[in-house]
Amino acid sequence: MIDMPTSQEVLVPLILTLKVAGWATVLATAAGITIAFAIARLRFPGREMVDAMMMLPMVMPPTVLGYYLLVLVGRRGIIGEWLYDKFGITLIFTWQGAVIAAAIVAFPLVYKGARAAFEGVERQYEQAARVLGNSEFEVFLRVTLPLAWRGILAGAMLAFARAMGEFGATLMVAGSLPGRTQTLSIAVYEAVQAGKDNIANFLVFVTSIVCISILLASGRLLRPHHAV
Amino acid sequence: MRIEVDIGKTLRSNGRDFTLDVKFACEDDLGVVFGPSGAGKSLTLRAIAGLEKPDYGRIVVAGKVVFDSAAGIDVPTSKRAVGYLFQDYALFPHLTVEENIGFGVKRWWQRQPPADAARQIGDLLELFELRGLGRAHPWQLSGGQRQRVALARALIRHPDVLLLDEPFAALDPLLRERMRRELMNTRMLFKVPMLVITHDPEDVGVLAQTLVVLEQGRIAKTVDLKVAPYRDGEGRMSERSIRALLTSAGEVESPQPRPTIRAVK
Repeated sequence: MIDMPTSQEVLVPLILTLKVAGWATVLATAAGITIAFAIARLRFPGREMVDAMMMLPMVMPPTVLGYYLLVLVGRRGIIGEWLYDKFGITLIFTWQGAVIAAAIVAFPLVYKGARAAFEGVERQYEQAARVLGNSEFEVFLRVTLPLAWRGILAGAMLAFARAMGEFGATLMVAGSLPGRTQTLSIAVYEAVQAGKDNIANFLVFVTSIVCISILLASGRLLRPHHAV
Repeated sequence: MRIEVDIGKTLRSNGRDFTLDVKFACEDDLGVVFGPSGAGKSLTLRAIAGLEKPDYGRIVVAGKVVFDSAAGIDVPTSKRAVGYLFQDYALFPHLTVEENIGFGVKRWWQRQPPADAARQIGDLLELFELRGLGRAHPWQLSGGQRQRVALARALIRHPDVLLLDEPFAALDPLLRERMRRELMNTRMLFKVPMLVITHDPEDVGVLAQTLVVLEQGRIAKTVDLKVAPYRDGEGRMSERSIRALLTSAGEVESPQPRPTIRAVK
């Protein structure tokens, strides 16, 4: 007799994970679009350095990132102390803290996608829009972004998948509080540690399905469509 | 039209310097800047549109100073009231023909162009023989149709001057002759002054009242083509004297011999 995991054991971490990964993707995408556009279009000293720095979260061990975050937003961290004194906000051991951790880990994926997409937009289209009376803001909104959105969206989807699977930095910053900060990947770890194989199997299955769907969809987005 | 250009710019690429130093004025409604590729034609045209910033100098378009380095004036491209026809048209690939034509008369927060602009788009589609293609995308059009869309997109804004960058280079030779005639009709209809850059001698006779010959970044000569020996008493252009002019300017090695067809017995 296989005892099915209860909805408490599966649904709660699943919903929390989607919430954390969703917000992390929104944050990472907003920052990714802004910085990628600046790097793709502006020429300034230290540009290559900034570009390399943006990719750091991808190569650094998540635990190291988590440690940096603790130092920054922990109760005695530079930002953390200010947040607590001014607004009474604590990020450590909260789902919002997990969002920040996941956003930073996922950021390089959306940054890389957006930078390539912006660099792929022919400058002549932007110039044509300027000659037709459009301000820089309008050019971005009406030409650059619509021509780059596929690449940006593909990057954002990979970022979402990466945020869903985030483990190391999230564990350091948000811990593993069931129902509050225990995301899927952490729940899998806890289930295996506790010998609850049926829960682990189920969570692993759900996570795999979501990740495979996202990879297929983002691959589809990046496939070339019309030649102009 | 009055266009005055007196600018200088030095470009450095791969350790090689290119210096543009041009000064010309064009009083006529049809000006052609002629020269081989690499002479600085595009750079000059782009500077007039504000797409390239000269190192120093002054540019006046239709009585408005749009650039004056001494006075610190550099009007942004979007405020210069010029139309620009890109060599390969630069039609927005993500927009339909209608949306392309209406691009310059619709603001970003408007879902649809205003009613009078929508009517003008309809008229232009009709005029440029694009009826039924309003919902098509640029990749579905022929070369000639693309050029017409690009013209309509520029003209709907009633620019002070239309700048054309090698307007026929992207077309096959058979179509060029027809599009030249079309362009002249368009000019009469819209009464829009034009400045054309080209390296094709065929364009010069048809399109130029004022001819500016550019060579290695400098003006070789400025010629009034409205008078003899380039026009006869009835105003018809003399192709031979124009060809001779371009040849003597060193731009064309020699007049291309006309292909002759011999009957095979």
